[in-house]
Amino acid sequence: MKYKDYYTTLGVERNATEAAIKAAYRKLAHKYHPDVSKEPDAEEKFKEVAEAYKTLKDPEQRAAYDRLGTHPAGEEFQPSRDWEREFNSAGAGAGFGTGAEDFDLSELFAQLRGGRAGGRGARGGARSGAGAAGMALPGQDFEIPIELSIENSFSGTELELNLRMPEYDAQGRLREVPKSVKVRIPKGATDGQRLRIPGKGGKGFGGGRDGDLYLDITLRPHPRFRVDGHDLYLDLPLAPWEAVLGAQVEIPTPGGAVRLRIPAGTQAGRQLRLPGRGLPQPGGGSGNLYALVQIVVPATQSDAERALYEQLKASSNFDPRARFGEESGDAH
Amino acid sequence: MRIEITELNWPERQELSFSELLELSGLTQAELNELVSGGAIAALDTDAAASAFTSRYNALALLRARTARRLRDDFDLNTSGLALALTLLERIEQLEQQAGALRARLTRW
Repeated sequence: MKYKDYYTTLGVERNATEAAIKAAYRKLAHKYHPDVSKEPDAEEKFKEVAEAYKTLKDPEQRAAYDRLGTHPAGEEFQPSRDWEREFNSAGAGAGFGTGAEDFDLSELFAQLRGGRAGGRGARGGARSGAGAAGMALPGQDFEIPIELSIENSFSGTELELNLRMPEYDAQGRLREVPKSVKVRIPKGATDGQRLRIPGKGGKGFGGGRDGDLYLDITLRPHPRFRVDGHDLYLDLPLAPWEAVLGAQVEIPTPGGAVRLRIPAGTQAGRQLRLPGRGLPQPGGGSGNLYALVQIVVPATQSDAERALYEQLKASSNFDPRARFGEESGDAH
Repeated sequence: MRIEITELNWPERQELSFSELLELSGLTQAELNELVSGGAIAALDTDAAASAFTSRYNALALLRARTARRLRDDFDLNTSGLALALTLLERIEQLEQQAGALRARLTRW
């Protein structure tokens, strides 16, 4: 198994006091706890911090950890026979199985705690309380982030998830096992949505119920659409003459292109609502799509175009800044 | 091993009893009762006189109760601390939604 330096993870010296270890954990938990943190990789970092703290906060476990000696982080090592004999007889059950290829240091200490669940799954399975083999133990909950496209949300989709899920082995010890799960995401799943799939987490042990699978949905940023709940927003560039004269333009929606009538005299910043063209809603119906008007001018003009603009300038008495005068008059 | 999932319900539509919520959340009965009674976890019943034990809940309540259990385990919070943390987290979530809604309305050029 690979050695992990729990002291380095917590940022404390090997001779740190219990209080110092707790303070270091608290500080890191505030920074990385998945329920409160927006740090990138918070989930993974908190998992490492929690694993280190779980072992170092307990004087007996800390002593056992210290007796493993020091190794460079990531170095392959095996606990000595003396170590196995001493701590195995302390109640870890039918052997640690430390020779297994994928055996992890966290599993070793979870077993040392008497088989109690050490892992947090993707995010926090962790109903603790598993005891000795023979008891009914509920399966682990498993929480997994899912990123969907707007098109997936619009039509619904089917995903195949390849997970490593904590499950009990024949001795009631938690081990991570590969599991393939096929999930149908209903249409209308949107950013921030959380879905629960009862009984599809880790298998229970000894008659305990199976855990649940939780999916945390986020929507991938889209090059055209922005999402607010089930409403979509789209920038709609118009040429000055389209805004002035009105037009029929084709605009994209997740369900396919539609033609939209632009009323004459449309101002920049106006929201044109397309009812029911947003994302489907769980209760039926759909959100709206809003086209946000932008009036854009050509970066270059031909001589003919420029001449027409000059002609317009000469013949128009339109003052787009007429209100400036009124407002400054009010102010004084 | 492959599992075919044929149905996936919205959390709003998954109804749970107090005892189911209790078992699935990992909170103690006293903690859950206090969080429900204090309004940090909402029951489906609109009757103010309904007891936490007889009320029905949806899976959104379960998601909050699971958050409470994680915060309890990972920060050693008592029930008052949990109620405050849940309320503040919900407020942050609302503000983030408002910020997201405003961002969606901003044109990109």
